[in-house]
Amino acid sequence: MDTNWPIRVSDLHKSFGAIHAVDGISLRVAAGEIFGLVGSDGAGKTTTLRLLVGALWPDAGEIAIAGYDMSRQAEQARAHLGYLSQRFSLYEDLTVLENIRFFAEVRGLSTGEWLPRSMEILDFVGLAEFKDRRAGQLSGGMKQKLGLATALVHRPRILLLDEPTTGVDPVTRQDFWQLIIRLLNPDAEDGVAVVISTPYMDEAARCNRIGFMRAGRFLLEGPPSALCATLEGRILELRGQPLRLLRRIAGQDEDVEDARAFGDRLHLRVREKRMKAVLRRLPRRIRAGGGSLDDLRQVPPTLEDVFIDLSEDVL
Amino acid sequence: MPEPVVVAENLTRLFGDFVAVDHVSFRINAGEVVGYLGPNGSGKTTTIRMLLGLLEPSDGRATVLGYDAFLQTEEVRARAGYMSQKFAIYDDLTVWENLSFYGGVYGVTERARIEATLARVALGGHEKTLTRSLSVGWRQRLALAIALVHQPKLLFLDEPTSGVDPSARRVFWDLIYDLAGEGVTIFVTTHYMDEAEYCERVGIMREGKLLAMDTPANLKAQTLPGPVWDVFAAPLQAGLETLSVTDGVLHTGLAGNHLRIITRPKMTVRRLRAALTAAGVEVAAVERGEPTLEDVFLSLAKGD
Repeated sequence: MDTNWPIRVSDLHKSFGAIHAVDGISLRVAAGEIFGLVGSDGAGKTTTLRLLVGALWPDAGEIAIAGYDMSRQAEQARAHLGYLSQRFSLYEDLTVLENIRFFAEVRGLSTGEWLPRSMEILDFVGLAEFKDRRAGQLSGGMKQKLGLATALVHRPRILLLDEPTTGVDPVTRQDFWQLIIRLLNPDAEDGVAVVISTPYMDEAARCNRIGFMRAGRFLLEGPPSALCATLEGRILELRGQPLRLLRRIAGQDEDVEDARAFGDRLHLRVREKRMKAVLRRLPRRIRAGGGSLDDLRQVPPTLEDVFIDLSEDVL
Repeated sequence: MPEPVVVAENLTRLFGDFVAVDHVSFRINAGEVVGYLGPNGSGKTTTIRMLLGLLEPSDGRATVLGYDAFLQTEEVRARAGYMSQKFAIYDDLTVWENLSFYGGVYGVTERARIEATLARVALGGHEKTLTRSLSVGWRQRLALAIALVHQPKLLFLDEPTSGVDPSARRVFWDLIYDLAGEGVTIFVTTHYMDEAEYCERVGIMREGKLLAMDTPANLKAQTLPGPVWDVFAAPLQAGLETLSVTDGVLHTGLAGNHLRIITRPKMTVRRLRAALTAAGVEVAAVERGEPTLEDVFLSLAKGD
């Protein structure tokens, strides 16, 4: 088994009729690493994950999971995979433990093995004391954790997670990510390799590497810090009143490429090497235009700045 | 006193034993942009459905634009616009055909009105485009046009930016602000904490209860028990575990590539650094953070 790259994917293609859902994706993920897939609905994130699980057959390209070729050794490859799909369903009339047992048996754990392993995993996700509760009676966050537990029951080396935190409350999102980070365990031999899709930029920033997808391709791929570095020295944060007026004035500046609201402030993307010029004249223009300025300063670029730069609103 | 456009009084809805909305009361004034923030299943959509008269309240009542939301549904719907989470747009119709179809439902047939509505959501020039070839962000704008075609003074938007990328989300919010600037009152739900920051007032929903409704600034000032901090440390997990048992630290969590904590008012950088160093955690930086609505949500959730 290729321990360096539990996930190796090269030039993956998948079309549905005329739509190229996945159009040339390549990626490698090491043990102890999280790779994040970011993009709109329809960008190809779910299709990519379904190809990696072997639920869909690619039109072209290669997938190696734990060193096994998905096209010829799917069985062996899947033995190393844990997958949590977006529309994951539990058996609501079974208890927490019965649900885990079901997935453990599907995964071929023997009678002797499943109970200790199930208790270990329930303990890990913090559901041990709820083992006899029916899944239908769990809160949303608990269901999410049970879903993760079922995906982990056979100790997979590779974990594929399709928007596991979309629409869940921040408390659960926190808990969920803390579990993922503990699974990564990059210093130990049993570190897991994770691919996760997410609509949240703060979660994307937590990944070792991310790929921003549109129309089945990566428009940009790399570690969050490297992606942010591409806009270093080009983002200004502006605060003042009224925001709409400030935005219009800033947007008219010849060296401001983009002015967007970030909560109660604006982020301005400035042309390369024009930062000083903008810092000098914008306060004057705002005052002349009847606005009031509370603060204008250079800030480190965020992933959101990077994606906005890249994904100008397109058809 | 500004005139209230929406008044909810103890609005409650049960589904069997499940309390989807639990005695929720609030007012929305004319021209406001009010956000309704909460996770899936917290009762946001059920609230909107009661305000539109689509669901009968189990208890309490609501008036919308001066009409009883449940007893005078026709009057409400003729004057309010609604963009739902799962909107039926016909994929095999063009942009124009979709909008004129829904316009017809509201009795709007003038060409000029339909053209103006498309222009308002920046879809002018795309009349003949087949809806199925639109990106998610553009579809959302078409859905908004459909909700706007009868020129409502009040707009209910239910998770309008779910599933669209950050850039398209911002374009959509620009449109919301343009509408607010024209005097349209807007009630918008979202599960994105950062989006709620754009609203003049924000209601925070959790498990059917409205935990608070106020301006983002007031929510931060009133619900946070102390300062928030960004802590850059390695290894992250060990840092998290250490801070979660450090005296004076009320909440610890992950935020991007660092830790985010809320502490008691008198916490100092030195004390935080000392606690981490003593546990063998390497500290790169400890900085005071700007409070966010996510911090507010986390501290409100902590109460139970």
